[in-house]
Amino acid sequence: MSEPLLRTKAVSKTYQTPDHHARLVLDHIEFTLRDGEIVAILGKSGSGKSTFLRILAGLVPPNEGIVEYRGITVGQPIRGIAMVFQSYALFPWLTVLGNVELGLEALGISGAERRRRAVSAIDLIGLDGFENAYPKELSGGMRQRVGFARALVVDPDILLLDEPFSSLDVLTAETLRGDLLDLWDARRIPTKGIVIVSHNIEEAVEIADRILIFSNDPGRIRAQIPISLPRPRSSESAGFRQVVDQVYTLLTTEPGRDGRRGAKAEPIGIGFRLPDASVQQLSGLIERLTEAPYYGRADLPHLADEENLDMDELFPLIETLQLLGFAHVSSGDIELTPLGRAYAEAEMLARKPIFAEALLKHVPLAAHIRRVLDERPGHRAPAARFLRELEDYLSEEEAERVLETVINWGRHAEIFAYDYDSEVLNLENF
Amino acid sequence: MEQRWGLPLIAWPSRLRPNLWDLVALPMVLGLIALVAWGGIAMSARYQIGEVLPISLDPWRLPEYALRTVLRMVCALVASLVFSLVYAAVAAKSRQGEKILIPVLDILQSVPILGFLSITVTGFIALFPGRLLGVECAAIFAIFTSQAWNMTFSVYQSLRTVPAELIEAARMYHLSPWRRFWRLEVPHAIPSLVWNMMMSVSGGWFFVVASEAITVGGRTIMLPGIGSYIATAINQRALAAIGYAVLIMFVVILLYDQLLFRPLLAWSRKFRADPSVDEDNVRPWFFIVLQRARVFDLVQAGMLELNRKIDDALAALARRGPSVERRPRPERERLFDISLLGLAGAAAAWIITFISQTVDLGEIGWVFLLGLVTAARVLILIGLASLIWVPIGVAIGLRPHLADRVQPIVQFLAAFPANLFFPVAVVLILQFRLNPEIWLSPLMILGTQWYILFNVIVGTTALPMELQRAAQNLGVRRALWWRRVILPAIFPAYVTGAVTAAGGSWNASIVSEVVQWGDTTLTATGIGAYIARTTVEGDSARIALGIGVLCLYVLTFNRLLWRRLYDLAAERLRLD
Repeated sequence: MSEPLLRTKAVSKTYQTPDHHARLVLDHIEFTLRDGEIVAILGKSGSGKSTFLRILAGLVPPNEGIVEYRGITVGQPIRGIAMVFQSYALFPWLTVLGNVELGLEALGISGAERRRRAVSAIDLIGLDGFENAYPKELSGGMRQRVGFARALVVDPDILLLDEPFSSLDVLTAETLRGDLLDLWDARRIPTKGIVIVSHNIEEAVEIADRILIFSNDPGRIRAQIPISLPRPRSSESAGFRQVVDQVYTLLTTEPGRDGRRGAKAEPIGIGFRLPDASVQQLSGLIERLTEAPYYGRADLPHLADEENLDMDELFPLIETLQLLGFAHVSSGDIELTPLGRAYAEAEMLARKPIFAEALLKHVPLAAHIRRVLDERPGHRAPAARFLRELEDYLSEEEAERVLETVINWGRHAEIFAYDYDSEVLNLENF
Repeated sequence: MEQRWGLPLIAWPSRLRPNLWDLVALPMVLGLIALVAWGGIAMSARYQIGEVLPISLDPWRLPEYALRTVLRMVCALVASLVFSLVYAAVAAKSRQGEKILIPVLDILQSVPILGFLSITVTGFIALFPGRLLGVECAAIFAIFTSQAWNMTFSVYQSLRTVPAELIEAARMYHLSPWRRFWRLEVPHAIPSLVWNMMMSVSGGWFFVVASEAITVGGRTIMLPGIGSYIATAINQRALAAIGYAVLIMFVVILLYDQLLFRPLLAWSRKFRADPSVDEDNVRPWFFIVLQRARVFDLVQAGMLELNRKIDDALAALARRGPSVERRPRPERERLFDISLLGLAGAAAAWIITFISQTVDLGEIGWVFLLGLVTAARVLILIGLASLIWVPIGVAIGLRPHLADRVQPIVQFLAAFPANLFFPVAVVLILQFRLNPEIWLSPLMILGTQWYILFNVIVGTTALPMELQRAAQNLGVRRALWWRRVILPAIFPAYVTGAVTAAGGSWNASIVSEVVQWGDTTLTATGIGAYIARTTVEGDSARIALGIGVLCLYVLTFNRLLWRRLYDLAAERLRLD
């Protein structure tokens, strides 16, 4: 095998929490991108996959380890690596042509040559006729095409894609993905390797030669799945379905466990990153699971497909159901527990005590808040107090999100109340 | 530019060929250049302190005076632009810079603008001995202070809120810091900068008029301009001349609105990322002229080329020196903080000794009391103006067609320098033998009340139609409707308007608590009158005391009242 295009050696990244604790985001990642390869990175939110892509790009420096591009250390953005962003990152005041030309301009390429290359990149990606349009005149799909044209015009060896299709609707995403793959397969672009961060499992299986699965807290490479299916790949083929199932199984089971969470699993602490799920969605999913064709048990890829949920929507729900003891997940299937069934069958008001009991039993943060409120003479405590505790474990942003989630759950379960104006948790009206 | 001619793909070359529109645009550009040259010569004319520049009340001289006034305004605007970009860039890019620059800006913002004039005029005159330029600079500086601070804040805010992905894209595609500033950060700042700039200019007319006739140490210096024309008219009790001045001011502001304000706003829309916030997509006529005229494309292309040359030169320079990665050094930062505190302490001590040498404690207490009187005036007037304009504003805002028509008029009224009408007020007070303590007060809010009306209209039109329909559907009416629907809905906008109006009123107190008509002087008790009197006497310690106390009041009010109302509005009464 020839020299790898891109390689990381023991790359680690830590972030400072507000009170100066270091939080490990990426832990000793060893990664190699070979010539002619498309690698997809999958992981739940918070697995540091986006940070990892930015380290590869030279945008974020790692705390330990190095990134090498053809043997050269990457310390800042370098020629030969281009990136496409999730929200397009186009300059709104520049036309399509201006956006595509900008990178060439910064490289000091002169007027005529610059224009020629920009126009041919625009043609290649199917934007001809829109050279003088401003990004705000274009639909999302067209904007991302500009993003691709801007990346391709500098003739990059490596293309880094940060969830490039996730802001697009399903049909547009599929078209653009197909066009990119056609260019790649026909060798019409000089790019030698692509790394794509995705939250769409089927997308990853469709385009990647290899899938990397990141685990959470801290991000590590949990598994690598090589995919040798010939392209174009049909999402209906048995081989395709098998890989999808395998990925789902890996993503929904924790490493080193039997895939069940409950009494046997290791207990979680108050700093646990609670999944971002609303009670409404949880109830909706439980009800759906009891109905036909699932009757309490569903194949996850099938469920995601039927209910039109992508990974970022489905996984937090599933994780919460597991957490509360309402469901089990094993080998890519989800099954409601008797408690989950009881919840589904209960009337609206009767559901609350079931939810409350599960919350106090399985979510240490909820139990902790209730205990503190019980102990205090006035049964009141400012939310900031718990936020500070959470910030020992989580980033500022995540701590706020987790607290908001638990407050929503707790209010619904009526295990405590919250006053928005004073930002105080209390036990009023109980 | 030659290489572009060979490219058939895009109609680039023909863009730079002159066309009919250039017939309109070219004379304007040439006229502008000639105007600047003429103004420059006039401004640097020889001048000795004590010399009286003759101001004629002949209405035919007024266009010339108006031009001089406008030129001052333009100079101040250019200075403010340069200042805001540089200051904000330093504040946004350097942690140490940010620590000093932002609080300093916050204080500067609350110093009354005419106070700056009182303090700086002597210094500026000393800077250019024997020339008029010193006095001109002082006047321009006063206008500058009415514009620069909030423009700078707006640029600073914008620089801090450039979307992270755009910064990453700029880095990924190797934009140099210089290029990043001009291609990413400045364009991102433009929409709010233009809006703030235009608002500042509107407010600036008041100070142009007030700063042209300056009294220093008992001597009055009058710069040729509308402000001096008015001052002369007041001295000579020429009511007709005041009428002419009002008329010409009307024309000037109308031209400013049509030739600068509307085209610039339309242009700045291009820099918005989100097209949905566009209120109206009507393109002002003058903007169309500018867009169609080739001469401006030429200017634009030239600017881009110049920018590119500078960037290349900078890049060549950067290549010579090795780039050093800067790391934060905590011990250095601590040292920096300590020396900063020391410096601030020393400055405070110096000011206190300076003032206490000439002023005794009793007088300081008295000045604080005067501040309280003015504060009471400001609050009462804001209350009264709200009582009048909130219902009217709501009534207008509920009728979108009417609101569209009224809005430009209100903007115009806000821009119109209210001090032109002060003489009229004096005449009325004298005529009816009214108590000046009470009847001079409304002058403070004459020019600033429009901000309340303006913002209430904006707030009301922003109320979603669905909310109104829902209220109707539930049968919410009269008092309940005011209490539960419209007042909470317009509150954030109202607070913005009231803050602006209050700030303007504090500023106006310096010129509105002492008003003259011929040799009659009407005085109302207050800190504004105190500052005005000490300025005339040229008593610098007392000027400093007066302005310092006024500043303290403004700061206290901002912190204790407005900031809290703002937070309340932002937290609870947002419409999203």
